[in-house]
Amino acid sequence: MNRRESLKYLAAGSIASGLLLSGCDWSNPEEVEKSLWKYKYGRTADEAAHDNSILAQRFFTTAELVLITKLAHLILPPNEIGDIEKAEVPELIEFMAKDYTPFQEPLRSGLTALNKRASSAFGSDFLSLKETNQHELLEPIAYPNEVTEELKEQASFFNLMRNLTLTGYYTSEVGIKDLGYQGNQPNVWNGVPDHVLQKHGMSYDESWMPHFLDISRRNDKAEWDENGNLLT
Amino acid sequence: MEIISSKKVYDVIIVGSGAGGGMATKVLSEAGLKVAVVEAGDYFDPANPEQQTQLKWPYESPRRGSNIHRAFGDFDALYGGWNIEGEPYTNVEGTEFDWFRARMLGGRTNHWGRISLRFGPLDFKSKSRDGIGEDWPIGYDDVKPYYDKVDKLIGVFGSKEGIYNEPDGFFLPAPKPRLHELYYKKGAEMAGVKVMPSRLSIVTKRINDERGVCFYCNQCNRSCQVYADFSAGSCLIFPAQKNGGQIDLYTGAMVREVMTDGNGRATGVSYIDKASGKDYELKGKVVVLAASACSSARILLNSKSAVHPEGLGNSSGLIGKYLHDSTGADRMGFVPALMDREIYNEDGVGGMHIYSPWWLDNKNLDFARGYHIEVWGGLGMPSYGFGFNPNDLNRFFGERVGGYGDHLRKDIRKYYGSMVGMSGRGESIARKENYCEIDPEKVDKWGIPVLRFHYTWSDEERKQARHMHDTFEEIIVNMGGIPLGDKPDKESNYGLHKPGRIIHEVGTTRMGSDPKQSVVNEFERLHDVDNVFVVDAGPFVSQADKNPTWTILALSWRTSDFIVDQFKQQNF
Repeated sequence: MNRRESLKYLAAGSIASGLLLSGCDWSNPEEVEKSLWKYKYGRTADEAAHDNSILAQRFFTTAELVLITKLAHLILPPNEIGDIEKAEVPELIEFMAKDYTPFQEPLRSGLTALNKRASSAFGSDFLSLKETNQHELLEPIAYPNEVTEELKEQASFFNLMRNLTLTGYYTSEVGIKDLGYQGNQPNVWNGVPDHVLQKHGMSYDESWMPHFLDISRRNDKAEWDENGNLLT
Repeated sequence: MEIISSKKVYDVIIVGSGAGGGMATKVLSEAGLKVAVVEAGDYFDPANPEQQTQLKWPYESPRRGSNIHRAFGDFDALYGGWNIEGEPYTNVEGTEFDWFRARMLGGRTNHWGRISLRFGPLDFKSKSRDGIGEDWPIGYDDVKPYYDKVDKLIGVFGSKEGIYNEPDGFFLPAPKPRLHELYYKKGAEMAGVKVMPSRLSIVTKRINDERGVCFYCNQCNRSCQVYADFSAGSCLIFPAQKNGGQIDLYTGAMVREVMTDGNGRATGVSYIDKASGKDYELKGKVVVLAASACSSARILLNSKSAVHPEGLGNSSGLIGKYLHDSTGADRMGFVPALMDREIYNEDGVGGMHIYSPWWLDNKNLDFARGYHIEVWGGLGMPSYGFGFNPNDLNRFFGERVGGYGDHLRKDIRKYYGSMVGMSGRGESIARKENYCEIDPEKVDKWGIPVLRFHYTWSDEERKQARHMHDTFEEIIVNMGGIPLGDKPDKESNYGLHKPGRIIHEVGTTRMGSDPKQSVVNEFERLHDVDNVFVVDAGPFVSQADKNPTWTILALSWRTSDFIVDQFKQQNF
């Protein structure tokens, strides 16, 4: 499927609902295209069609998504590097609920149950509560080994929310920066830095050193003698 | 049914484009033969930006790379998997086998672990050693010259160790171990387990002018855009095309059967063009099957004729029999000394920099064959699943598990890179009772009869897996670590993965000198038909605890030389 076909496909579907969260201006074709083709990772045509059909549907209501966003913020508050909205965590949860449908029921019923608890404890829905009251509702469901029998389901919902929130954050651009991951770029590996080796009381065996790559000669074409000894 | 027949007669038709098919394509075309390569999947080139997954970030996938659709996640290069829509297979009740198939040019070589081990002298003669299974009709000395050529052509890093059953080759230099690998080395050596540099087909040093040199992104499973890892497309088929080989590539072409004449000799293959659904026939003087062990067996069993009523080359009744996969069991440990690590770029090559070859003598053990240990861990790139149960390990310190708020950041940072895992991959025993056959009831979406599997593990494999887990625990404890999860018990087969899960299935067109006891001869030619060869892992008599690829490549080259020689003698 090429871009034009894909756009046509989306236009025929329920465009506006699907990507609401990205704040995309749907009257601006350039922006639509940018939003749609954000995901490029070597997909096959079938895979792209599947992804686009998921993106064009909507599962959660606006109210549910606002609650998901709030919960995700409580699970991982913003810091100077990033927050769960920059990490597009709500978009991921919306996508996953459609892509992996066993998530739908526990997430939806968990949100409903949370609002019910808010209502019976404080006479209001969760979002309208002061943060201290919100914390009071989360405390009994946030520690899986300390949960009472009647809150087991709420606790497993919260566990799922925490997992999706954290995985969404740490697989995002800001989350990867926050973690400090240094890789996924062309470089040359020349072993563990010396000071790290020292800190761990480790060293490279002298007897192993001849086996290792001399990085300055890695572009010299390999040649061997007849016994397999590398000459270059 | 309308069949569209080509007038062209190829010298050789090769079915499949993975390790075996890729090597046959290169050797046969470079000898001047006219070759057709028939691949069931799509065209694939890791240098094509539209198909590249290498160096992508997790957020470039809307599911952050999770494995809901591709078996090993969105960024893994492989098209296909254990379940393919419209291409079912079945299991005999009470048995299980998960069948993995690639559907792309280059096949599974686009995403494999690049673990490139030669079989040793003992591996070809197992029965002589322990009385179990069967010897190959050839030995290490027959294959050694081809292993040498494969090393030099494709490139494999490693170290010369002088171990009798782990033969050395022509190695490129090895990368230095990562930090967790040094911990593993320490723990393993304390347990008396040999540790040495890995042997992976990744170009750490320039091998020719066509291929790039590894730039250490750790993503060989995504297939390398500079061709610094071995994939059959980028290292065999593309170079053969560039060298002027007469190669016609048919992709999206699902082979139905090998066509034969009234004398039972092969005349070509019939295939379905997946895009149009139309049937085609290609004519060839020789047919080389390299569709993977079970797919080649399926094609042969489906190629029935008056001369070959039980399937082509199946007078022994052994096609499909002796199917065996590697054994596999895994364990992970938590190493507190690796908490709160300093973060640096630790990607390295794709896969482990060190490993443990089989280090014991089975004479002193209660199971027949050995296994090697692969190691994993380190400061890897987050992907879907990272951050799940972020502080479960708090329980080892009497701290609360779970919660919410900024402390989760600290927890994640604290435990990042503190886990070390081990995977045992071992030799199973080839048994006649483990087989694939044609299911008389079921066809795939093109109407081709599908395979039915019958596979069970025996005590040999179960006892081996138990030994793996004893070893893993000892090594983890020696590293100052804590083994995670429960040690699997007898009820769970000691953690042995289901058959087919290690994706080393071999043995379905067994090699031998006696036509009653085997399907192909020592040059991988059907005993029954002189112009059909099988160059995938089907001919393996046993699979050792070594990954099959390097031996597939060496044998395919050897067989291709034989075919060229037969053409020179005008026997085809």
